[in-house]
Amino acid sequence: MSDQASGAVRGFCQRLLALTRKETRQLLRDRSNLAIGLALPALLILLFGYGISLDVNHVSIAVVIEDASPGARDTIAGLRLSRYFTQQDVYSMRAAETLMEAHAVQAVLRVPGDFSGSLASGQGRLQLIVNGSDATTARIIEGYVQSALARGSGPINKPTLRAATSTALPSGTVRLEERLWFNEANTSTWYLVPGLIVLIMTLVGTFLTSMVVAREWERGTLEALFVTPVRPTEILLAKTIPYFVVGMIGFAMTIAAARLLFHVPMLGSAALLLFASVLYLLASLGMGLWISALTKNQFIASQTALLTSFMPALMLSGFLFDLNNVPVVVRFIGELLPATHFLELIKTLMLAGTIKSIVLTDCAILIGYAVLFIGLARLATRKRLA
Amino acid sequence: MSSPAPAVLRCERVRRTFWLAEARHRVIALVDINLQIARGSLTALVGPDGAGKTTLLRLAAGLLQPDAGSIEVLGIDVVREPQSVQDRISYMPQRFGLYEDLSVQENLDLYADLHGIAREVRVPRYARLLEMTDLNKFTTRLAGQLSGGMKQKLGLACTLVRSPELLLLDEPTVGVDPLSRRELWQIIAQLVEEEHLSVIVSTAYLDEAERCAEVVLLRAGRILANGPPVSLRAQAAGRCYRVTPPPGVPARQLQTRLLDAHDLVLDAVPQSGEVWFMTRAEGAVAAAESGREHGRSKEADESNAASGAGAANAAGGTSNRLPLGGLTVHERAPRLEDAFMLLIDRDEGVSQASHLPALSRDRGNPPQAAALRGSREPHSHELSHGPSGDLNTARADPMNARSEEAPVIEVHDLVRRFGDFVAVANTTFSVRRGEVFGLLGPNGAGKTTTFRMLCGLLPATSGSLRVAGVDLRHARAEARARIGYVAQKFALYGNLSVRENLRFFAGAYGLSGEQSRERIDTVVEQFGLAAVVSGPSGLLAGGYRQRLAMAAALLHEPQILFLDEPTSGADPLARREFWRRITALAQAGTTVVITTHFMEEAEYCDRILIQDAGEVLALGTPQEVRSLGGQGDMDGAFIHIVEQARGGRAA
Amino acid sequence: MNPREFPLPDEPRGRSSALIDHLEGARLFFVRLAALIRKEALAILADRSSRTILFLPVLMQSLLFGYAATYDLSHVPYAVMDQSHSALSVRLLAHLDGTGFFRRVTDVEAESDIAPVIDSQRALMVITVPRRFEQGLAAGESVPLQVILDARNSTTASTALAHLAAVVGDFNQELARSQGARQPALSLETRAWFNPNRETRWNFMPALIASLSMLQTLLLTALSVAREREQGTFDQLLVTPLSPVQIMLGKSLPPVMIGLIQSTLVFLITVYWFQIPFAGTLPVLYAGLTAFVLAGVGIGLVVSALAATMQQAMLYTFVLLMPMMLLSGLSTPISSMPEILQTATLINPLRYGIDVARRVYLEGAGFGDIAGDLLPLLVIALLTLPMAAWLFRHRLA
Repeated sequence: MSDQASGAVRGFCQRLLALTRKETRQLLRDRSNLAIGLALPALLILLFGYGISLDVNHVSIAVVIEDASPGARDTIAGLRLSRYFTQQDVYSMRAAETLMEAHAVQAVLRVPGDFSGSLASGQGRLQLIVNGSDATTARIIEGYVQSALARGSGPINKPTLRAATSTALPSGTVRLEERLWFNEANTSTWYLVPGLIVLIMTLVGTFLTSMVVAREWERGTLEALFVTPVRPTEILLAKTIPYFVVGMIGFAMTIAAARLLFHVPMLGSAALLLFASVLYLLASLGMGLWISALTKNQFIASQTALLTSFMPALMLSGFLFDLNNVPVVVRFIGELLPATHFLELIKTLMLAGTIKSIVLTDCAILIGYAVLFIGLARLATRKRLA
Repeated sequence: MSSPAPAVLRCERVRRTFWLAEARHRVIALVDINLQIARGSLTALVGPDGAGKTTLLRLAAGLLQPDAGSIEVLGIDVVREPQSVQDRISYMPQRFGLYEDLSVQENLDLYADLHGIAREVRVPRYARLLEMTDLNKFTTRLAGQLSGGMKQKLGLACTLVRSPELLLLDEPTVGVDPLSRRELWQIIAQLVEEEHLSVIVSTAYLDEAERCAEVVLLRAGRILANGPPVSLRAQAAGRCYRVTPPPGVPARQLQTRLLDAHDLVLDAVPQSGEVWFMTRAEGAVAAAESGREHGRSKEADESNAASGAGAANAAGGTSNRLPLGGLTVHERAPRLEDAFMLLIDRDEGVSQASHLPALSRDRGNPPQAAALRGSREPHSHELSHGPSGDLNTARADPMNARSEEAPVIEVHDLVRRFGDFVAVANTTFSVRRGEVFGLLGPNGAGKTTTFRMLCGLLPATSGSLRVAGVDLRHARAEARARIGYVAQKFALYGNLSVRENLRFFAGAYGLSGEQSRERIDTVVEQFGLAAVVSGPSGLLAGGYRQRLAMAAALLHEPQILFLDEPTSGADPLARREFWRRITALAQAGTTVVITTHFMEEAEYCDRILIQDAGEVLALGTPQEVRSLGGQGDMDGAFIHIVEQARGGRAA
Repeated sequence: MNPREFPLPDEPRGRSSALIDHLEGARLFFVRLAALIRKEALAILADRSSRTILFLPVLMQSLLFGYAATYDLSHVPYAVMDQSHSALSVRLLAHLDGTGFFRRVTDVEAESDIAPVIDSQRALMVITVPRRFEQGLAAGESVPLQVILDARNSTTASTALAHLAAVVGDFNQELARSQGARQPALSLETRAWFNPNRETRWNFMPALIASLSMLQTLLLTALSVAREREQGTFDQLLVTPLSPVQIMLGKSLPPVMIGLIQSTLVFLITVYWFQIPFAGTLPVLYAGLTAFVLAGVGIGLVVSALAATMQQAMLYTFVLLMPMMLLSGLSTPISSMPEILQTATLINPLRYGIDVARRVYLEGAGFGDIAGDLLPLLVIALLTLPMAAWLFRHRLA
């Protein structure tokens, strides 16, 4: 009996090895696979790390000075000191508006003709026009202008200015003392880069694998394969292994880049991070293979994979947009995604540390998804033609 | 296990239907199949397209489940335990899905590993398989870069990496050249003999079925006949004759004439310069004369043809006589193919009434030659002339007159290289107007490459070629309107309906409005597509697909028609229908260039060219080529010529 | 019109017959082109699953993303450790709750409880009001209000902080007025053009009009030739009298139509569902979108002509698509990118497509305003489309 059992195990291993070798060769021979599996992650790392940023760094601003008094000039001196602004002086509102319309400047600061007079009476008003079509940038620019004005007016005529955050006046004021936990520099890189791990694993796990079974159906390679001693589980495993390795390489690349290039901290347990990533990758692979086995058509499979995994991971997981701000229904859909939980977990592990309540829930959810999708993929992989 | 009988396959009341979602109806693939196939034998499944051969094999392999009935393979209920059956059998599907991005060796290794074959067994096995399939030189080449026939051979090699208890082969030799076909069958025969392998093979080649111990003839999901070839052949006894056409007259012309005598002649094919035919009535010719000795020639001239007709009258009930114009008729031994044609024809009469779903129904159309005749002028008179005398004179006109004209296709020193691989080497030939020109050669000989160059799909490395006066690769688009092209693979839009496909090609050739509608209606009628015209073309059975491809290529009435292996995998019926059309087209002045692996089809051609390894080995009329080969039939001649050339090259 | 019906069969061949030849040539051109376009459209739309996948996801995505894509705060959960328990602290917190951006989820009693609340993400920020809050203010001191923010999402953190700062600023002014201080004050009055409430959605939805259609039209065209190559029908197409230009046109027009229909769907949702006012005119918008879709289709066709298999076509398209999306200004401003990447965006059609959509939709731009976007799009289309046509016949085997 044990002979038979060991024979079965040997057969299993031998077939699995053969199939895995085959899948690996196919994976390596088609450069487009490697382009998605390795080149695209590298590109994304560079783009997200260095290129894409939600932080506004250069603002070109037109300043319309209708009041030529030294007081007015002093008031706006801070703009020149700020590293954010490229200032362009114009002498009429009309000229400024033309610049705005041509998108040559992003904001216009107007110093009205009666500025000095009204400032003396305690009612100094400056006008700021921003292009609201980019709402976030508009808000950030407003903040920059405010703090630049506050700083600029500092040493010269301290008592004249009263901006939002810091002034010292005889009457009592509330002073904000902020402390940003988990991301002291408050750079978007710190949270975009961990999010990248999610994107890359979704790409490799779901998008790439969504085509592997469908391709075999389309090319008719399965019929002969089915009538061999091969078991459905072996077919499935063999398809999982190479893509799992590619996914983990993507993971390693991103983590290395995060730590070495972007100095994202690693406050939690690295082992847990690895464990969670394995879980998420398995869930993604399971989903990709399931889609692939169900659709049996490469175009439909890849579109389905994109629309159900990658796009939601980008838009609904909290990667770009905070789920706190969205309507309940959308948030609920977001919470249904494995990507949302994986993202929360990675960000917590890297930026906040091993916080038990989050780690336990999210890991449990990821285990659930991994089991579910792999189970579904296994059910959908049957050695039947119709 | 209810019965310990030594059957490898036992079907009881097996029924299987398919729901076609796109066409919204159910088609019957198999009805009440009862079958028992003995262990250790070689069994052939034959039958026209849509007969259910593939479905039966897939059911046996556990890839499909029957709607009703039970199937036991090797004594195991395959419905309940497909895996234990799959562990013990080997199966080669019709379209063997090779991994095209793996090399030949890697494909073989994969299947050897999956079947758990020990290393020491592999070495001699591989050697033998590679030898047999002639793939020795290509072990490192990617499967995707092999020619169509070579892929087929590799598929078979992958299936044969081990000796299973039961081997299922679904049309293993489609697109395989006669040389390799002979080798493949030697291997199979050897396996049966040495290893007592049980083999079930479906095939469109009846000469292959002839080698089997048992033949199962299926049609429209039912078994028509089942037994050893001898007993099947016996059914056609007394109806088979051969006749030699007068000198200078191509056999296909006499054949057409015989086939047109539909009430008397059931079948006729050109064979080794003769025409082999079968009469509807038993002894129709012999009854005319007293003697029945073999080989004794009989004058079937006016007088005794009339008495022959008398016999036919007695049997068939319709008037007429064999249109043989005083030629000598010999009786010949029936072949399996004759039995096949006879049994199908008999069933035709029975099933005409019971209607079959459109997509799987195949034929039952009267010959289309008449419809084709309408399209262009001359030959219709020729055929409708009286039965005698004119055969000898009619011949003179079309070809001879045309031979004076400039050739329609001129190829001079054509060379095509891929890297340092020479696919076509210094090929020179020309084709006259109205000629049927056959391009023959083993797999990978360069036929398809030559074809693609002629059609302007591939640039030539050097040499010159002119088709209808221009090089299509550089010619203006309008020049391409003069040719029609039917590719090797079914190359029409599968998710469009038949009519939509035709409308597209009509438009692509510049036909519009009334003109387009007219042409579409004409070809739909000509090719008997009316029943399927609004169904999706992707679901058509093989025979219909081929007809649709032809119809699309002929919409614009091209001067030249290129056909790349149009009859691969087609059953004898479909092939006959096809060749009747080609013959009629050629008579009407269309030039036809065709590649084929059926050597008997070379007999239909005016001239043939045999190519191997890119070189021209022989060029001439079938008669000339046959005599060059020194042996009786075209198959033998072909093998002889190719082997001699290869021997020469090796030395 | 059927040429055979021309009543001129017997006239000597001269200028009029040359004209007829020309007319006939033109007629043939359109007959062939129409046949191909019809076939392409049928091939895309005949199949129910591909019809579904072309139109349903666009609808769902534009709705979902319209709601999801927002940097505007709402209901930011926060916690308070109020050590002063004074009337003033209550007033400040009431201000905070009154903005609608913040939602108080819990009160914290001790310093040690702050970390768990933030760690577990129950609250995004914790505000600590010091014990001497009221007294300090009364004494004219500057009293610190400590805020701890979870900056795992840096954008949310910055925005929340900015809102908080604004609330505190208002509170200070009110305080000063109530204390009768008459100091010179400077106030900044901000007006946002084109989007007075500065909602992210106003910025995002017009961008989706361009970008959602890009995703699928690109894939669709990329697959069109590759699929025919894989199925062997492309050879059949090449032996017909269709010229490469006709094939190129026939293969690009149906995807262009589909792209425009998809854009129209998103446009309608933006106008009627999200009720974002459309400031531009339809001709300008559609001119811009057509140029944009043409450029996308051109790129898709080049990929398709180069790819050997459908899989390659699909994956290479995706490799192109990702950077195109990221460097388009869709979710992050182009002006914040490093110089070199800003330069790279100049060859990205999506950049121009989104710019056109936003400018026309929100700013009411006219043809003159979007010329700077139209021109590069047309250049891309004019480079890629002929290149694809050339590649049909000349791709290395």
